[in-house]
Amino acid sequence: MTKQVQQLDRVIIRFAGDSGDGMQLTGDRFTAGTAEFGNDLSTLPNFPAEIRAPAGTLPGVSSFQLHFADHDILTPGDAPNVLVAMNPAALKANLPDLPRGADIIANTDEFTKRNLQKVGYATNPLEDDSLREWRVHAVALTSLTVKALEDFDLSKKDAERSKNMFALGLLSWLYHRPTEHTIKFLEQKFAKKPDIAKANIAAFQAGWNYGETTESFSVSYEVKPARLAPGVYRNISGNQALAYGLIAASVQAKLPLFLGSYPITPASDILHELSRHKRFGVRTFQAEDEIAGVGAALGAAFGGALGVTTTSGPGVALKAETVGLAVTTELPLIIVDVQRAGPSTGMPTKTEQTDLLMAMFGRNGESPVPIVAPMSPSDCFDAAIEAARIAVKYRTPVMLLSDGYLANGSEPWRLPEVSELPDISQEFTTEPNGEDGAFLPYKRDGETLARPWAIPGTPGLEHRIGGIEKADGTGNISYDPNNHDLMVRTRAAKIAGIDVPELEVDDPDGDAKVLVIGWGSTYGPIAAAVRRIRNGGGKVAQAHLRHLNPLPANTGDVLKRYDKVLLPEINLGQLALLLRARYLVDVISYNRVRGLPFKAEELAGVIQDVIDSD
Amino acid sequence: MTELVNGKGLALIPKTDVKQTLKDFKSDQEVRWCPGCGDYAILAAVQSFLPELGLKRENIVFVSGIGCSSRFPYYLNTYGMHSIHGRAPAIATGLAASRPDLSVWVITGDGDALSIGGNHLIHALRRNVNLNILLFNNRIYGLTKGQYSPTSEIGKITKSTPMGSLDKPFNPISLAIGAEASFVARTIDSDRKHLQSVLREATAHRGTSLVEIYQNCNIFNDNAFEQLKDPEVRDDITLRLEHDQPIVSATKAVVRGANGGVEVVARDSVSADQILVHDAHNPDPSVAFALSRLDEPAFEHVPIGIFRSVDRPSYDVLMAEQLEDAVAQQGPGDLSELLMGGDTWRIG
Repeated sequence: MTKQVQQLDRVIIRFAGDSGDGMQLTGDRFTAGTAEFGNDLSTLPNFPAEIRAPAGTLPGVSSFQLHFADHDILTPGDAPNVLVAMNPAALKANLPDLPRGADIIANTDEFTKRNLQKVGYATNPLEDDSLREWRVHAVALTSLTVKALEDFDLSKKDAERSKNMFALGLLSWLYHRPTEHTIKFLEQKFAKKPDIAKANIAAFQAGWNYGETTESFSVSYEVKPARLAPGVYRNISGNQALAYGLIAASVQAKLPLFLGSYPITPASDILHELSRHKRFGVRTFQAEDEIAGVGAALGAAFGGALGVTTTSGPGVALKAETVGLAVTTELPLIIVDVQRAGPSTGMPTKTEQTDLLMAMFGRNGESPVPIVAPMSPSDCFDAAIEAARIAVKYRTPVMLLSDGYLANGSEPWRLPEVSELPDISQEFTTEPNGEDGAFLPYKRDGETLARPWAIPGTPGLEHRIGGIEKADGTGNISYDPNNHDLMVRTRAAKIAGIDVPELEVDDPDGDAKVLVIGWGSTYGPIAAAVRRIRNGGGKVAQAHLRHLNPLPANTGDVLKRYDKVLLPEINLGQLALLLRARYLVDVISYNRVRGLPFKAEELAGVIQDVIDSD
Repeated sequence: MTELVNGKGLALIPKTDVKQTLKDFKSDQEVRWCPGCGDYAILAAVQSFLPELGLKRENIVFVSGIGCSSRFPYYLNTYGMHSIHGRAPAIATGLAASRPDLSVWVITGDGDALSIGGNHLIHALRRNVNLNILLFNNRIYGLTKGQYSPTSEIGKITKSTPMGSLDKPFNPISLAIGAEASFVARTIDSDRKHLQSVLREATAHRGTSLVEIYQNCNIFNDNAFEQLKDPEVRDDITLRLEHDQPIVSATKAVVRGANGGVEVVARDSVSADQILVHDAHNPDPSVAFALSRLDEPAFEHVPIGIFRSVDRPSYDVLMAEQLEDAVAQQGPGDLSELLMGGDTWRIG
């Protein structure tokens, strides 16, 4: 039977199953094959906080969405074209996102009476015609896998475990993905258990062959490689890019990296990644709590290290007092906040942009802190270097606001030339700066207002710093009212004066009336929505803030240039509050706080409404 | 002294050839404790002790938390940080773990170390970071003007406990031994010679040394340790802990108890060979722990000296070794190689 091959420009696949079904691994491997093939891509993992929620239940569903295309894309996609549902719970949880006409590949073996009942299906949806508006491919994934592994000396349970690789093989056939990498990956992953490696490879190949021979799939699809900028690429998640960015910052600042951290979702992977790179002189310290994590980082900074702490919102709340100490001792420090849904524990594995005002104001006293927010998974690399640049140059704690979507999402990253990375190094102070050989720890640089960074071990510069207000220049304890007023204003002026790049506006014809502005991880969905509007002949300008404090100097001018300013945020209007207060511009907010990124279609609708309204 | 300078506790810290005096360690700041405070005596003892170490002054750092005693770093002409309440052990841990060439001291009090900062204290002790922790115990909150502290006796009448405090106090020595501390000692502000002898051993110890210093707050808890200072009774109630020496006071002796612990008996009621000989280096902490319980409930007899001093690798050295091992096994870090390390592909 010759099968038809159809050309597509883009595809969105969602793998969904029980959290023990290996959906994240399946998605990762499909992504690796897709990256190798040369498509542009973007991914969105979505999983429960529970490590193993009760099997077969709705809360236990884990999914991985992948968007790949023959052109550059900006988001993991709004709605899947294909859903792989490993059980009834996966079908039920994901069906609402699935447009009519999309393909459903369902593992019939798991559609048992008991599993159907667990999620409230009275009858089997694969058989009761309720899915008639979708293209259902009922595949006995489990039993086909077990059958394919008959010749292996495996228990039935172990054989069943390879069903995700069978599914991966089937999808790899369906979309013409290369197979070599997955086979090599499985050989390496199970190097110590060659039988398991062979079984998984056999299941993967059986899935491929099933696609080729079964009548259930009459068409396969090709998505041509994308024409991306020339260079060497790798696929990278935000957390990994951020960890690499911190290592690069340490190299470029010529300072040893010290990470003080306490495990917390979704930031822990940065700790894991950095702990593997000790050959770079990276010290990772898993502290007894969040406060000790930032405390140790600050102590290391006092000693001349690039001090970093990584956490999520609840951890930032606990670290606030120490960040305040870093503000007043004016030591470099990086606080990475991988934002997640709050308040309190909230939804640890779900994304949000709700810590902006905490980063901005969440400390006692006048306690200004610069804020940098990456706009895509790979931008976490550059944002980490930028945060370090500011911290070191201005001797200040810096908040780096990532989020769960950036942290776990991935995209192809064009690797930078190391020789082109910025030199962000600063000299330690080694000589007295006052009269008669005195050292004045709070005598500032005239341009940056940064104070000298003299580290222990430097003779003649012994000095004491601390949380009590200091006299200008000498740094001695001071309760003088005018001195306090001066120091409060000076600390504020130092942060306000940080050199940040101008805000760039994307307004191709220069005649748009509506500006859509965003910050952080919403860049992709906003840019994708803007494209849709423009493809439909509409006019809209886009700007994106990577620096939230201080804001680029031209921000006010940009905002005032447009009739209407739309600001989508995954919070209840935190940046909008700041922009309105600062620039007296009537920013139109669009807010959804669902723990999920925006969809391009959704935002395109919002932008169109603003364009159309008077 | 030569032995001390070459002691392993200070082995990684640069020495000076210049002769130092007490004056070298005095800062230009006016000392602002209440007249009569025990902190003055401790400051003077530390300032006159430091020259003995012969360390480069710039390689000494004092880190403190919050409380009266935590003003200490301002008065020493070394590097210093007066940090925030309870967090000094955490901050000092980051500093000491990344700079094995520094002599890092933590100055803390009973509220700072045992209430708000209790978690950091126990974890610093178990990690054995290279720190000298001086815990000034005056059994009261001074800076906030006289509330009971985690070492105040039950029933303490204070501003916040007009009918008496209800909580059982911590015994800092028992707590430290329970937290796997490798060096635990107790001394008293009024006995400079003893205080300095304990500091001598504490600095020679690489790892965390915890020194509890009984310190009198003459404003809010005056005479808390009066029995230990009163010439009439102090020699009777003070049980000196000296390694390899029998544990005795003028009139009392410590013997093995029938219950497996230790107990205090009249010195003339037992023969010399029945008296417990102190072994500070015993890997088993149970006797040291039993000794730490002897001052319960009301200072009838109080062991003073080094309860426990055992060798255990210090955290900063272990951490540095892991970095060295990583370089030895994989070579020094190369940024290009790191970035190119995953599955890569080339376009164009």
